[in-house]
Amino acid sequence: MVSSLAGDSAAYSTLLRRLNGHLRAYYLRRLGSGRAADAEDLLQETLIAMHARRSTYDTSRPFTAWVHAIARYKLIDHFRRTKRRAEDPLDDPDILFGSQDANAAEAQIDVDQLLRRLPEKTRRLIRDVKIDGLSTAEAAERHSMSESAVKVGVHRGLRALGAKIEDGGS
Amino acid sequence: MKTDDLITALAGDVTPTQPNAVGRTLGLGLAVGAVVSTAVMVLWLGVRADLMHAMMTGPFWMKFAYALSVAVLGFGLIDRLARPDGDGGIFGPLILAPLAVMVALASFQLFGAPEDLRMKMMMGASYQVCARNIVILSTPIFFGLFWALRSLAPTRLTLAGAVAGTLAGAAGTFIYAFHCNESAAPFVAIWYTCGIAAVGALGALLGRLTLRW
Repeated sequence: MVSSLAGDSAAYSTLLRRLNGHLRAYYLRRLGSGRAADAEDLLQETLIAMHARRSTYDTSRPFTAWVHAIARYKLIDHFRRTKRRAEDPLDDPDILFGSQDANAAEAQIDVDQLLRRLPEKTRRLIRDVKIDGLSTAEAAERHSMSESAVKVGVHRGLRALGAKIEDGGS
Repeated sequence: MKTDDLITALAGDVTPTQPNAVGRTLGLGLAVGAVVSTAVMVLWLGVRADLMHAMMTGPFWMKFAYALSVAVLGFGLIDRLARPDGDGGIFGPLILAPLAVMVALASFQLFGAPEDLRMKMMMGASYQVCARNIVILSTPIFFGLFWALRSLAPTRLTLAGAVAGTLAGAAGTFIYAFHCNESAAPFVAIWYTCGIAAVGALGALLGRLTLRW
């Protein structure tokens, strides 16, 4: 999303396609599978609203929360228009991003944001070992470091990240 | 339209957005409204004749401090509420702090004054028009802010409307204070607050109706 705001069309397209699946599942689950056409309408409306109001995304906050807030708002608005009462709680963010098993991909959007605050070298170490799943030995070879240096680097990086998250993310 | 085509169309229409676009849009609405409102104040009511002299006195600045602090907190709050995932954060309760200070100051003055003066300190010479004038001077700013909010994405419409109204009321009060020559804290605490609260209530009402997207 950060690249999209800067005008990167390809990144934006990828992002929209990913969200597409989540949003469809979210609306189908909320409306019931008998209302697939409504869900599709809502999905399109949400994508358009996100697009038109993308400048309201604050890059220092989690992207998933922003998308969820819009999706939820559109759903409530739909219920209001169609006079149907919402029978169940609408404000559980997990419903949107837990609704597909590919949610690791979206978590990455937030993870990228966090990682950007670390020094370049530490960031690459954590990405290789903790996200891409390289072994310590492989990472050591790639960065021409000793294995223990990799371990220490990753450990320190994670601790720094933890501290930043506790700080409230700024 | 197929959703896939929609995504392609949207992705083809992505222009870079400015950083802090929310603050800029709201600031623009506020500024345009304030210019109009200032013009109305100068042409209709006129700046108080003893402005230069009044600037040397404390009560003059007290009124601006009250209006300005509410306006600044209101802006901080609306900048958050204009986003879909925005909550008030610390600004929410904080916006009542200027009112608390003002009421404390007014009570202090009132109880320190001789009894026969108290009524005059509350009613001043312009209690009949004060709140009304504030509402009128706030209107251009109110429209400016609502225009801005309509292009943003508030999800708590009543609250966002109320805050936008309060901000417009405080900004209108700031402008009105150039005309108003009342100087007693009890008067300000009652009538200025009434003016601001009236615009805030109007905002809450209209927020629900006009800010949907």
